[in-house]
Amino acid sequence: MKCRKGSAVLIIRVGDPFCRNCFREYFMHKFRAMLGKNRIIFPGEKVLLAVSGGPASSAMLRQVQEGLSRETAKKLRFIPSVIYVDEGAVRGQSPAQREQSLACMETLLQATGFPYYLVHLEQALELPASILRPGPATPSEPGVSYKEAVEGFIQQQRQKGYGDKDSGTSLPGAGSGESPEGAPAAPRLPAAALTQELLKLFEAVQTMTAKEELLQMLRTHLILQTARTKGYTKVMTGETCTRVAIKLLTNLALGRGAFLAVDTGFKDNRHGDVMVVRPLREYMAKEIAFYNHFFDVPTVIAPPLPTKRRDKPSFRHVVESFLLGLQKDFPSTISTVYRTGEKLSADRAKPSCEAERCLLCLCALDLDGEEELALEPTLIIDEPELERNGCCQDPLAAWAERKSAYIPLLCYGCRLTFKELVRLLVWSGVFSLGTGVPIPTALLLQGPVTTLPPYVRAEAQRRIHR
Amino acid sequence: MAAPVSLQVEFGGGAEFLFDGVKKHQVTLPCQPEPWDIRNLLQWIKQNLLKERPELFMQGESVRPGILVLINEADWELMGELDYKLQDQDTVLFISTLHGG
Ligand SMILES: [Zn+2]
Ligand SMILES: [Zn+2]
Repeated sequence: MKCRKGSAVLIIRVGDPFCRNCFREYFMHKFRAMLGKNRIIFPGEKVLLAVSGGPASSAMLRQVQEGLSRETAKKLRFIPSVIYVDEGAVRGQSPAQREQSLACMETLLQATGFPYYLVHLEQALELPASILRPGPATPSEPGVSYKEAVEGFIQQQRQKGYGDKDSGTSLPGAGSGESPEGAPAAPRLPAAALTQELLKLFEAVQTMTAKEELLQMLRTHLILQTARTKGYTKVMTGETCTRVAIKLLTNLALGRGAFLAVDTGFKDNRHGDVMVVRPLREYMAKEIAFYNHFFDVPTVIAPPLPTKRRDKPSFRHVVESFLLGLQKDFPSTISTVYRTGEKLSADRAKPSCEAERCLLCLCALDLDGEEELALEPTLIIDEPELERNGCCQDPLAAWAERKSAYIPLLCYGCRLTFKELVRLLVWSGVFSLGTGVPIPTALLLQGPVTTLPPYVRAEAQRRIHR
Repeated sequence: MAAPVSLQVEFGGGAEFLFDGVKKHQVTLPCQPEPWDIRNLLQWIKQNLLKERPELFMQGESVRPGILVLINEADWELMGELDYKLQDQDTVLFISTLHGG
């Protein structure tokens, strides 16, 4: 043991146990080192911390608090706010349970003193179509080096005449907008009709894998929307090394191999104006859990997505069990998978023009003819049925709303997810053929894509008609 | 014959959802010929506390990979894991690092 003083409480690497104090130093140093090494968060920059109440993002929040209260030389110099997305509706929580989780979360956030935003997953139904388009890259970044920016910032602070000591905690813009600081009223839930609409979206999804993908997408877009409208240029998320390794293998299985670097790397620049950074990606889940336990980091654990007995577990679940099982017997499994990800390039995900950008994930369309052929039959199997019944509708509109019109807008991985998202009506179509019960034309025509969030449909329409 | 052992058994990180959402359990293990170790304790938990889906908590005779164990605030990997002999008034904490159920 390093210090030879404290008693050993935790082992991360074989033969190298930590005492509490050494572990705390190691943990905090790692966070600063990760940000220092990558040099992409500028002093004075507004950063939105995406906090779920889970262990990793809660530990991240604590690291930012610690970093801001440190002595000058080691201090973090960005301006943090927090966003929490309430997913209770799709996690099977009753309105009362949701209110309770929100209240816990709000108490936790208030204690940090940071400005915060509470957002409900239902609000994704009201997102603008523009969320699926990249914003213009932030003008301040190119040209100015990190070093210049740091020096400029320090000079600015001196001129303003306040010492380093309190600048980090005097947060400009705190309590403004819908950030409910100063108004600690009970958080209000969205209208029941909106919750029903959201639940309908999720009920239409046939597999747990696609459900998780849909949740992830809505959540990301909600956070992005808040960042854009409130002027944040960076979003920090709390994926650990364990989570990154699981995501790497899961995404391979989901046909997203070409985008692994963007989906799992330290920085994700696909949105143009807002960069997503993952500063916890060198922490093992075990380190996070011990840190939170030893240093009383509060968490609000959300219940898992409800599953029915017949549901197959998601890819992510299967991969998680597989990797953790291997890790038990071969303790370097997770870090090896993680390090493989380090070697991947983000270039393949960069589209060369707007038209070559995937509607859902914003990565480059990665398909050539061959793969398209291989996928097509499974996707458009019910199409003739639609054609026969489609005569009484505006032909162009009907065509544009049809599933096959979406296919060219999607990358390979998203096509597989999309197939699951719009499957419901295909099944009932087959059912009607067997029993002879007719399904109303309008339902068949609109059915498949009405199970997509409105902003996705709106943006697809814009692209199809271009 | 070993005397009965009183323990505080705790669950966190979402593992409590498998135990009716209760995080802290005051437990008294009955007399048995052998001294109680973690291996026996896990079997006892499986039979007495675990309500359903034991596969989400256990794998074989041990905990499922991804569930951490702390004995008296220290990593069980430093304490002999399954072979640790339980003492009266010990605290055993199980923390899940798994995502969801
Ligand atoms: Zn030490
Ligand atoms: Zn895509």
